[in-house]
Amino acid sequence: MRVIIEQAKCCGAGQCVLAAPDIFDQREDDGIVILLQENPSEESRADVLQAIKVCPALAIRLEG
Amino acid sequence: MSEFAAASCPFSGMREYPIKRANPLDPAPELAELRADEPFAKVRLWTGQDAWLVTRYDDVRKLLTDPRVSADNTLPNFPGATPGMLAVRTKYPSFITMDVPEHTQFRRMLTGEFAVKKIEALKPRIQQVVDERIDAILAKGPPSDIVRDLTLALPITMICDLLGVPYEDQDFFHAKADLITDSRTPPDVSSKAIQELCDVYIAGLIEKKNQHPTDDLLSRLVVNQLRPGHLTPIQLIGIARLLLIAGHDTSAHTMSLGILALLENPEQKRALIDDPTLINSTVEEILRYVDVTHNGRRRIATADIEMGDHVIRKGEGIIAHNAAANRDSDVFPDADKFRIHRDARHHIAFGYGVHQCLGQPLARAELQIVIGTLFRRIPSLALAAPVSSLEFKETSFVYGVERIPVTWES
Ligand code: SF4
Repeated sequence: MRVIIEQAKCCGAGQCVLAAPDIFDQREDDGIVILLQENPSEESRADVLQAIKVCPALAIRLEG
Repeated sequence: MSEFAAASCPFSGMREYPIKRANPLDPAPELAELRADEPFAKVRLWTGQDAWLVTRYDDVRKLLTDPRVSADNTLPNFPGATPGMLAVRTKYPSFITMDVPEHTQFRRMLTGEFAVKKIEALKPRIQQVVDERIDAILAKGPPSDIVRDLTLALPITMICDLLGVPYEDQDFFHAKADLITDSRTPPDVSSKAIQELCDVYIAGLIEKKNQHPTDDLLSRLVVNQLRPGHLTPIQLIGIARLLLIAGHDTSAHTMSLGILALLENPEQKRALIDDPTLINSTVEEILRYVDVTHNGRRRIATADIEMGDHVIRKGEGIIAHNAAANRDSDVFPDADKFRIHRDARHHIAFGYGVHQCLGQPLARAELQIVIGTLFRRIPSLALAAPVSSLEFKETSFVYGVERIPVTWES
């Protein structure tokens, strides 16, 4: 599975970091999402799906 | 369709909004009927304008992320919440009433300040404030008013810390914020409150920060944004008053009503005391269940929007009712029950879309610490007066309770 983020859409709400702290983080200066793992292991699928569900800016997608 | 005799205007037959509650901890029962029978309903506001009231979770989320839906309250026919809110927003616009891309540019000046990890670092300070407050409550002995003694004090202290606002001024700005957010406040009184808060108080504060910047958020905005010209003084006042008002009222009332919900559901309270690891899900459930932004998110359509059988026309106002959506049983089974074990993380008490609350990591941290600590340290906490005798802030933009008298075994 491949996680795709769109930083341009992100509003820095931090929901993804709460849902999947191993996969997502926020940039120090402006709080915008950064991806820690582009291809996380299968075990993280539920957390990534949760992050997608709660991201208010629809800035996260999953392929595969 | 159901009857709305009590909520309808006798002359026009139009349903008036907001709709009154029947029980203090539940949204108006008519909202549930609308969600079932009339998910897009026309309502009449205090201004005489009509707007669409949208109550289903999926519809609310769709509209709040639709680029044809605008938050710009300067557009004609925008459904304003209270005279004071409308005036303050027009005079001191902030990013919550801007659309993308302007919104993005302004919001990003602040997102770093509220990032999850930044707030994580504040937790010891939050814990310290909560501990001091509870020490004082215990030292004084029962009874206590939990609103005055705990839930109002914590968010005000934190917002003062963060913004660099003197603690001595909290009674002043809290009183002004109350006037601005209450729909009963006459327009001339709210304009005066806005003037005193923004033109005098906040403008003075910013001037002081400009002369002697310190290590706080307002000083950083002055140095990094105002001085180089990324923000005008009016824009900076707009941001400061937003953070000052939105940053304490909403959290305080969510804490108060959350504590009340736990006291009213003793088996849930017991479950939390027996298993403190339930605190995170308890807080999400509190946010879902009490949703203090109880009269919905205000928006306007900038193009025709087809939603199922309905068309919201360009220029029509929209009230996307997050609080009603949070009680949608298609999404949260048995939604009217307060259940701390459920996974309610996808509630929309903080809104949804790019305007979703910026301060939510702070609000969550405060809620988790205050609720967790309170019931750990005073497990026998109980109401000292029936809920029916309490006074609720139904006419305010932010729902809340004035006081919660409590007692405990000392
Ligand atoms: S949840 Fe969405 S908007 Fe919030 S930080 Fe993550 S990607 Fe950005």
